[in-house]
Amino acid sequence: MSRSAISLENLTVSYDRHPAVHHLTGGFAAGSLTAVVGPNGAGKSTLLKAIAGLLKPDEGRIACGAEIAYLPQVAEIDREFPIAVADFVAAGAWSRCGGFRALRVDVGAALGRVGLESFAARGIGTLSGGQFQRMRFARLILQDAPVILLDEPFAAIDARTVADLMRLIGAWQAAGKTVVAVLHELDLVRAAFPETLLLMREAVAWGPTRAVLTPERLAAMRESAMRFDDDPEICTLGGAA
Amino acid sequence: MTVAQALIAPFADYAFMRRALVACMALAIGSGPVGVLLMLRRMSLMGDAMSHAVLPGAAVGFIAAGLSLWGMTLGGIAAGLIVAVLAGAVSRNTLLREDASLAGFYLASLALGVMLVSTHGNSLDLLHILFGTILAVNDAALFLVGGIASLSTVVLAAIYRPLVMECCDPVFLRSVGGRGGFYHLVFLVLVVLNLVAGFQALGTLMAVGLMMLPALCARFWAREVASMIGVAIGVAFASGYLGLLVSYHFRAPSGPSIVLVAAAVYGLSIVFGRRGGLLAGIVRRRHFHR
Repeated sequence: MSRSAISLENLTVSYDRHPAVHHLTGGFAAGSLTAVVGPNGAGKSTLLKAIAGLLKPDEGRIACGAEIAYLPQVAEIDREFPIAVADFVAAGAWSRCGGFRALRVDVGAALGRVGLESFAARGIGTLSGGQFQRMRFARLILQDAPVILLDEPFAAIDARTVADLMRLIGAWQAAGKTVVAVLHELDLVRAAFPETLLLMREAVAWGPTRAVLTPERLAAMRESAMRFDDDPEICTLGGAA
Repeated sequence: MTVAQALIAPFADYAFMRRALVACMALAIGSGPVGVLLMLRRMSLMGDAMSHAVLPGAAVGFIAAGLSLWGMTLGGIAAGLIVAVLAGAVSRNTLLREDASLAGFYLASLALGVMLVSTHGNSLDLLHILFGTILAVNDAALFLVGGIASLSTVVLAAIYRPLVMECCDPVFLRSVGGRGGFYHLVFLVLVVLNLVAGFQALGTLMAVGLMMLPALCARFWAREVASMIGVAIGVAFASGYLGLLVSYHFRAPSGPSIVLVAAAVYGLSIVFGRRGGLLAGIVRRRHFHR
């Protein structure tokens, strides 16, 4: 087993004391390409937010030495904001240029790699859903981080864009980057993601995709509606009082 | 009287009109950009709330030092900052959203301010504080308004990139460790400063008009933040100039005249605005071949 780019140790993250991720332990190997799958409310997005440092764990530790690029669900952005595509993408260089230094980045090349060469001067409000996601991937290219977290990158995206962006993800993996993506498209996971984490608050299974996505587990996943217990017991696992 | 005379003579003849015009220019340069960013942060009503919050501070300054520029200015800045910080703290630590918690604070502030002024002064003082006296702007007030506009411009230029990114994609900014909350706070200070500058000339109730209305107009004409700021400054200054003329020729109060001109431009923008105006949605322009 190669060393972990991200390792989780007894990680619990909760909202209003209800755990969304519950005592999760494991690691994403450096250079791995992992899909995170699970039913609604299974804690997939929460896990990514916690790794990205946007949510504080209630318990446990997340260790990640490398810089992280995090792509939230598209719903979290104001798509009508008056900014040009090129300026939006250029912000990817933030960790190197910050808020004040001159932006010396090749925005054109990044837009070229996602097929948006001629869109640099357009406002982001004029882009279609697929184009918008391509633009956000161009920003990820400029972030050039060794660890990339993608939250439902292909939700409501056309097949051609998915194929183009998957090629980009493949290139990232070939370049040694660690990629973790929350996905609902199981066929895509089987076809393109070597590793899978099946999450239902706890890790149901974590390993090579074929071994994880067994028919029995998928059936169990479809059956399970994640319950929200109004009168839960206090968890005593992992030494918590 | 020729048209040219009507447009220029009041300023050529009277020093108080020239001073008022310069004050309007400074206010336009200071408040225009701040208004645009408030609007883009979906905080348009925040300016309104903060302007009311300034009132009790100005009233306390007024009680302590009379109709003194510095007393009312410092009181206004202090009260505005206290309310901004308190409202932010309440929204972070309770389930109330920032706009809701601000509404609570500004209603209390407004009542407190009116109470203070009416028990310690006469109704003319209250009118002065509420609606300002741009035609009585003296040199000291002019320096204050100009100074705040200059400071605001320099600070805004310095924090422009993080501020725009914090408006556009706050989650991204947090994920790359850009301290959005800090710039938000700096920005709130600028909002308060500009409202206090506007309050010298237009009064607490009208100051926010010259901040928000030009910004709302700009949304209909410009495509990017920078050009929007340019349009907002232009509209604000034009409103100041035309409002002063209206006030001069029709003996109308200056503050409301200026804000009403800005409101008229806003009305025109709603109808004729190139980006998302009513007519732009009705009139089909011929489309390109590809």
